[in-house]
Amino acid sequence: MSRLAERFAERTAADSSALVTYLVAGDPAPAVTVPTMHALAGAGADVIELGIPFSDPEAEGADIQAGCERALAHKVRLRDVLDMVVAFRQQDTRTAVVLMGYLNSVEAMGYERFAAAAAEAGVDGVILVNLPPEEAEELRQALGALGVDLIFLLAPTTTDVRARHVLGVASGFVYYVSLKGPTGSANLDVAGVRTRLDDLRALTGLPMAVGFGIRDGATARAVAEFADGVVVGSALVRRMGELAADPESIPAAAAAFASELRAAMDAA
Amino acid sequence: MSREEVMTTQQAQRSSFEAADGMVSFADYNFPDERGHFGRFGGRFVAETLTHALDELDRVYRTLKADPAFQRRIDRDLAEFVGRPSPLYLAERLTRELGGAKVYLKREDLNHTGAHKVNNTIGQALLAQHMGKRRIIAETGAGQHGVASATVAARLGMECVVYMGAEDVERQSLNVYRMKLLGARVVPVESGSRTLKDAMNEAMRDWVTHVDDTHYIIGTVAGPHPYPSLVRDFQAVIGRETREQCLAAEGRLPDVLVACVGGGSNALGLFHPFIRDAGVRMVGVEAGGDGIATGRHAAPLCAGVPGVLHGNRTYLMEDEDGQIIATHSISAGLDYPGVGPEHAFLKDLGRAEYVAVTDEEALRAFHHLTRTEGIMPALETSHAIAWVMEHAPQMDSEQIIVVNLSGRGDKDILTVARHDGIEL
Repeated sequence: MSRLAERFAERTAADSSALVTYLVAGDPAPAVTVPTMHALAGAGADVIELGIPFSDPEAEGADIQAGCERALAHKVRLRDVLDMVVAFRQQDTRTAVVLMGYLNSVEAMGYERFAAAAAEAGVDGVILVNLPPEEAEELRQALGALGVDLIFLLAPTTTDVRARHVLGVASGFVYYVSLKGPTGSANLDVAGVRTRLDDLRALTGLPMAVGFGIRDGATARAVAEFADGVVVGSALVRRMGELAADPESIPAAAAAFASELRAAMDAA
Repeated sequence: MSREEVMTTQQAQRSSFEAADGMVSFADYNFPDERGHFGRFGGRFVAETLTHALDELDRVYRTLKADPAFQRRIDRDLAEFVGRPSPLYLAERLTRELGGAKVYLKREDLNHTGAHKVNNTIGQALLAQHMGKRRIIAETGAGQHGVASATVAARLGMECVVYMGAEDVERQSLNVYRMKLLGARVVPVESGSRTLKDAMNEAMRDWVTHVDDTHYIIGTVAGPHPYPSLVRDFQAVIGRETREQCLAAEGRLPDVLVACVGGGSNALGLFHPFIRDAGVRMVGVEAGGDGIATGRHAAPLCAGVPGVLHGNRTYLMEDEDGQIIATHSISAGLDYPGVGPEHAFLKDLGRAEYVAVTDEEALRAFHHLTRTEGIMPALETSHAIAWVMEHAPQMDSEQIIVVNLSGRGDKDILTVARHDGIEL
């Protein structure tokens, strides 16, 4: 069983949901990232999505765009992001790590080189926001050969026919985008997401994580009622941005936020 | 696919056009494929939320493309609202001064709104209406596409929002005011480099949020499938007319076609109907800015590498980590780090050639054409004129150059005055 599968299975067995937290690697400074990852894991995060900073994050809202810009001010490269995973793995072999970003970062490194480096670093999965399955076959195979999952997204606009096709090649978990909009949007319709997720479950045995628009304990709890995983990104990145002038306080603040989410979800 | 692999496919792409005798023929050129690929370029690289809207656009466009009533409606709008056909004008004095090839100007500057951009917005607005969308969004660099979008939105009574880099809002203030007069909302984009690419990012974010009731009118032959071929088809009226007009005036096809290339819509509109005519040379002129060697330019075909941005794989200006780098050009409309995927393909095939012209050369061409022909070209277009000024003298008087005079220069007079140290 892969590390991702184990983390989801454990929470499901405990009648709870996996907590998936997103941060941008190198935001607001490279030295902050690994301690913050440990803090999140210690506070109950099961999966850490580590954002690869990109100059043109076209699917991100203002919070994650700002996070990318803070990281890029330190010239954080994909190679540095992979090194952060290596550093994290020296103390934590339990928490799943998923890299999340845009295809051009991976193209610049080359598919084979990236797959090898990601597997060696201890990356469990990869999400590329602008890589739909139709264009992904080469990379999917390169990663899959080394045991790294390429994770796909489904959206409210995805038709059933298409969902079947996407789920046919999906691995790791399914990232359900809960609303129409960039990351961090505010119009989450929990009941609508629940209905859709129930329909999709008939098509896949993979864990279903829900992201976009979950910002606090209350929304995390509402989604944890029915989802296998709850993804929190923009809300955490915004908090980290607010503390950019005091980076040493960030790991503890991130842990406090993750604990709040964890407690709310476990009460669900 | 790694970058190295992309590079090695260039040769493979080219050889697929070679006959057994080694001759390259473009007689069967027919791209893109079903999923929008021009060889290794193009495709559809977008967030999942947009896939359905792109599928729908593709389906509706394919249906309407084959519908004679829809084509008649477009033809009528182009004739009565835009003022087509645009003249193919023999620039006699310019030709005489340069002392070489005969220079014709395809007068897209005479279109309603003053540039070729309206050819595309007319078509896409009708598509949007047909799909029942009530709201239009657009990105713009120089403001010409924004004005053309605001114009068709006003005419059809649709809401229009135009995203424009904050830097471009400053340097193209006349067009910003024009869009506002037309009833559009202009949103200055402060993120990233505050230019065209950032406006496109922001337009994508708007579209992903309002995809149910909104059509995104991309202004160039780039973006996710089906945009590159859809915009090309709407712009190809330029080349079709040129073909007929040149045959009527000269009894033969031109020797060289020249056009400026930012995203590349005016160039592809001129080139596309001639791709299968191997004897017609095609030259796309990119923005050389301060010079390719300085790194301060916007010439991805001349100095970029293949990558993925804004929904398609194409040549991009990026660093070794794949980060898109800031571009520079005196013309806002060319100030973009990518280019339409079909241009990337034509470059690899060797069917079109791409060169760069600096800010200074473009400015000289702006003044020269204005003084010799009484035609003030846009700064974008001035790049193509600069190439003609350099190369026409080396050609003989029997040869014919057609340059796409893609837009008029009124919008640029503040920029030119500032450059020349004149306060208005």
